Amino acid sequence: MTSPYPIVAIAGILIVALSLAALLIWLERRLLALWQDRYGPNRVGPFGLLQVVADMIKIFAKEDWIPPFADKGVFVIAPAIIMVTVLLSFAVVPFSPGIIVVDLNIALLFFLGMSSLGVYSIVLAGWASDNKYSLLGGLRAAAQMISYEVFMSLSLMGVVLLAGSFSLSAIVEAQKRLWFVVPQFLGFLLFLIAGVAEARRSPFDLPEADSELVAGFHSEYSGMKFGMFFVGEYLGVILISSMITVLFFGGWLGPWLPPVVWFLIKMFAFICFFILLRASLPRLRFDQLMSWGWKVMLPLALLNLIVTGAVVVAWQ
Amino acid sequence: MWSLIKTIWNVFLHSFHKRVTIQYPEEKPYLAPRSRARIILSRDPDGGERCVACYLCAIACPVDCIALQATEDKDERRYPEFFRINFSRCIFCGYCEEACPTYAIQLTPDFEMAEYNRQNLVYEKEDLLIDGPGKYPGYNYWRVSGARIGGKDKGEAENEAPPVDLRSLMP
Repeated sequence: MTSPYPIVAIAGILIVALSLAALLIWLERRLLALWQDRYGPNRVGPFGLLQVVADMIKIFAKEDWIPPFADKGVFVIAPAIIMVTVLLSFAVVPFSPGIIVVDLNIALLFFLGMSSLGVYSIVLAGWASDNKYSLLGGLRAAAQMISYEVFMSLSLMGVVLLAGSFSLSAIVEAQKRLWFVVPQFLGFLLFLIAGVAEARRSPFDLPEADSELVAGFHSEYSGMKFGMFFVGEYLGVILISSMITVLFFGGWLGPWLPPVVWFLIKMFAFICFFILLRASLPRLRFDQLMSWGWKVMLPLALLNLIVTGAVVVAWQ
Repeated sequence: MWSLIKTIWNVFLHSFHKRVTIQYPEEKPYLAPRSRARIILSRDPDGGERCVACYLCAIACPVDCIALQATEDKDERRYPEFFRINFSRCIFCGYCEEACPTYAIQLTPDFEMAEYNRQNLVYEKEDLLIDGPGKYPGYNYWRVSGARIGGKDKGEAENEAPPVDLRSLMP
């Protein structure tokens, strides 16, 4: 099912993903404003859409400064890691039958591995900045990822059991009769929570935590390096939304409209939900986050896995 | 957990609320007449300057943005020779208005006074003086005060009794 012209697919997905990530900056500001009874950016261009362009011009013109006390090599490489890992994860996302870069048979594992690697970006950025707030942010990111990776992968195993495959297109095909959100509702909730933590979005934005840690791991970053963290975060939001769509909401499946349109509609709904979460929930405390991950979410994920396994075995 | 879901739902309902933002340059907000912005010098109903150059506003000013020089005209009425407010320093606290004994200096709701050149923010007396009595119509300091000026002796002001002759021994 891989696209006949891989280069076209790669270029298309890259361009669409990156411009969507840029547009998300505008969308997030507008939606947050809507839910706070404000307007948000509405001056530059129609509905303020060109605000993105203005922001881009500004961020490119900013001084790209490396603090003298920073560990230069690591400081420079850290923002690249998040971009690379997130963009690599997009390689396995099946947007529609023809639009996929590579249809790996272990695509789900690849996604989990790449999203785990992404945390190196945060930890290294916090470490290389040589700044106590950045280091605290990096530390929190590491602890958060360890707590949430575990039940994130476990919560997906139910889907894998039902579909009988790690390949994402096979998982989508397996949802022809029934979306996995119905039999795997608990798994969906767990993955949603873990996904928000994975994308480091509010209420799990502890590594950034503007109110306590200045800007957490990217306090010392400026210019396009900061921009890469920013775009990386929004790419992460898009990635998690598309994964939710693929794993639980039948990916490109849907009547009448072209498959890719269905995919984008579902993905967009989850992106909006992520922003709604940010608009409504306060940030968790550090110990609350850890104890939730280990004491509530992990047992629930295991329970979900055991029950699903038992049902699948009993069915056969 | 239930309260979290309720919170998310309540925030979502704000999609259908009216937005509170006022789109400023197109849409002007209502400003109360007592709101404090551009400072003016008013005139009394007869068209004379109200300011008697007592310096109280300059003394009350916490940022020292008011400068003036008192002088007298041929009727011995005090008035400012120059009156200068540096609006790049002014913090619009309104203390000058409170200190003014003659209602001369007043703050108005007009706040659109941005300039590209800082020097243009120094307002001279001709920039500050307006033609009307501002917030206090009908008030004329010289007509109600006991001070003597040319054309009005002591005891001739409104509601003022004639001065007592100190040298008379009559009870």
